[in-house]
Amino acid sequence: MIAPAKPDLVTVNIDGQEIAVPKGTNVIEAARLVNVDVPHYCYHPKLSVVGNCRMCLIEMGMPAVDPATKAPIMDPATGKQKINWIPRPQIGCGTNVSPGLHVKTISPMVKDAREGVMEFLLINHPLDCPICDQAGECKLQEQATGYGRGYSRFVEQKNVKPKRTQLGPRVTLDDERCILCSRCIRFSKEIAKDDVLGFVDRGSYSTLTCYPGKKLENNYSLNTVDICPVGALTSTDFRFKMRVWFLKQTNVIDTESSVGANTVVWSREGTIYRITPRRNDEVNDTWLADSARVLYKAVKAADRLAATETIEALVARAAALFKSTPGAIAIVGSARSTVEEQFFTRHLATALKASAHLVSRVGQGDKLLISADRNPNVRGALVTGLIKTLPAQQLTDLAAQIDAGKIKAVVAINEDLAAAGLTAAQLAKVSIVYLGAHANATSAAAKVVFPTLTVFEKSGTFVNQQFRIQKTLKAVPAAAGATDDLVVLAQLVAAAGGAALPAELGSLWKVIAAEVPALATMTFANLPETGLVLDATPYAALPFVEGETLHYKPAQPAVAAATA
Amino acid sequence: MNLKPETLSKIDEVITHYPTKRSATLPLLHLIQEDVGHLPPDTSEWVAAKLELQPINVLEVITFYPMFRQKPIGRRHIKVCRTLSCALLGGYKTCATFEQEFHTHLGEVSPDGEVTVDFVECLASCGTAPVVMIDDELHEKVDCAKAKQLSDQIKAEAQKR
Repeated sequence: MIAPAKPDLVTVNIDGQEIAVPKGTNVIEAARLVNVDVPHYCYHPKLSVVGNCRMCLIEMGMPAVDPATKAPIMDPATGKQKINWIPRPQIGCGTNVSPGLHVKTISPMVKDAREGVMEFLLINHPLDCPICDQAGECKLQEQATGYGRGYSRFVEQKNVKPKRTQLGPRVTLDDERCILCSRCIRFSKEIAKDDVLGFVDRGSYSTLTCYPGKKLENNYSLNTVDICPVGALTSTDFRFKMRVWFLKQTNVIDTESSVGANTVVWSREGTIYRITPRRNDEVNDTWLADSARVLYKAVKAADRLAATETIEALVARAAALFKSTPGAIAIVGSARSTVEEQFFTRHLATALKASAHLVSRVGQGDKLLISADRNPNVRGALVTGLIKTLPAQQLTDLAAQIDAGKIKAVVAINEDLAAAGLTAAQLAKVSIVYLGAHANATSAAAKVVFPTLTVFEKSGTFVNQQFRIQKTLKAVPAAAGATDDLVVLAQLVAAAGGAALPAELGSLWKVIAAEVPALATMTFANLPETGLVLDATPYAALPFVEGETLHYKPAQPAVAAATA
Repeated sequence: MNLKPETLSKIDEVITHYPTKRSATLPLLHLIQEDVGHLPPDTSEWVAAKLELQPINVLEVITFYPMFRQKPIGRRHIKVCRTLSCALLGGYKTCATFEQEFHTHLGEVSPDGEVTVDFVECLASCGTAPVVMIDDELHEKVDCAKAKQLSDQIKAEAQKR
């Protein structure tokens, strides 16, 4: 007799292995826990279950009990309780676990069912894998190999459907490849709340289409490409660019807002080809905004800065500048920098006895994966002690100090001062040391320019709106003529007379752990893939700008909490 | 959408018959087709707005059912049965006769605008095959001669108008 291990756990038997899983888990997810693959197309863990592909058919049974006495019926041959197997296969995605459920995923019936489903799915599927972008990451390709019959009996004509429909600005549809799983339709309706996709002409010519006159153009349209199990929906940007098996995958963090969505950057030989979401059930589930997927274009942008001098020469000039303007230096740090860079910025501010300013970027949140705070790392600056209060949108304080002649030099790190409200006249009044990857008004006005890296060229950490510290890794080598921000900052700190700091992350994190109490137990190496939530209570009183997004609810304002 | 007032009142009434508005999709489409004769291109959007759906949800329904017509038809709709009993007893010839009589092809409006001939699935009168439905009227045992006679009748009525 199988008894539930805990009240909310249900013990099931999958291919002879027993496992306790939470109530409400379906057979596909339960099997995943014992490393049994139940092939499927239409099922997606973050979407509703429709059960229309029939690929996840399994055999299931329940322990036999006497109908009258409810006593277990034992099998004399094995001495165990008999299992009443249902004589027909059931769908794994639509079957939730129940106590004592027995599942067979390897049996002649299941094999037949899978071969049958595969054969039907392949009837109208074109054999264009050699030119298909999905090849290499195609569920149909994998499962045809794993569970198909291996040869085709189909001698009739295949259906002809539209081959290259532009569903929207970023998504191209090949209807012949579509296996009608409806994941994209459910995504558009349930997650993106933009119900424009559907099947028309249902029957032998079922065709996925966008409503005539409308477009699949919401900022989450490319997720349909990610979840498409075949090559029907393809990214117009990535289409025909590169074979996926040549690409190196690097785990990176999306820097477009304080959500900190987890991403994978796909690159080859120093060139990034695409960005896709990485599953993190606490942050972005399996989704990513379209706008986050084009950020890599900044790496090879035409306005990238490149050094014409050696870094030593540049540091020497910066050091001379620091010496000539003692006590009249301001630092404009960035909430787009990594935690490590902000830590260095704080050291630089201390060494120069300068005040540190940050620039806030506030936009409209989309309630999903783009929050109102478009800076990825405001909380990192709070945790490292770079700032005590939330940054202002405009550098009005700094502007006033420049006008008053109190500030004679500004170190701008990754921030365009002109965009943050300083006039050209104010920029001309001060000597600027600029650290940044791209050219702008500030770099043009700067006395010393250190070309640095984009987020894709460096490793580090970001603290998102949940105070979750997450790791981003270097995907591609630094562009020619650009230096790691940490190396530059470490040398500037030294030039300003500060302590010697290691620019290498492993040694640096020992220093950070020693100096920042909130990060005392952390090292870069042991930071989990899904991030680590830091204690947010010291900052509970700050008026953060974020509204509700996926997996994030703004904390109650302190006043309301006190009166409640 | 330019619907008659009585159609609009029927539509508002039929929506109340269902626990969710979405369920009224099919009845609404039938009412519109009865009124207009076919479902004009803006039907999806009109019905969707009425039932608080998205237009694609309605379009999926319209394209699934062959009896929802997305293009105008002739003044009369001639539906010739093509299923087994009728096919065995000459349904194909009956259908060809109608096509020749009105100089038209299946699914098209005849040049005089009088009829549209369709070859449809079972009309459920196998005992009297081949059968033909002209609008809502069933005609039994329609061989070529009777098809010609029915065609002449339609043409004569058209002359009178």
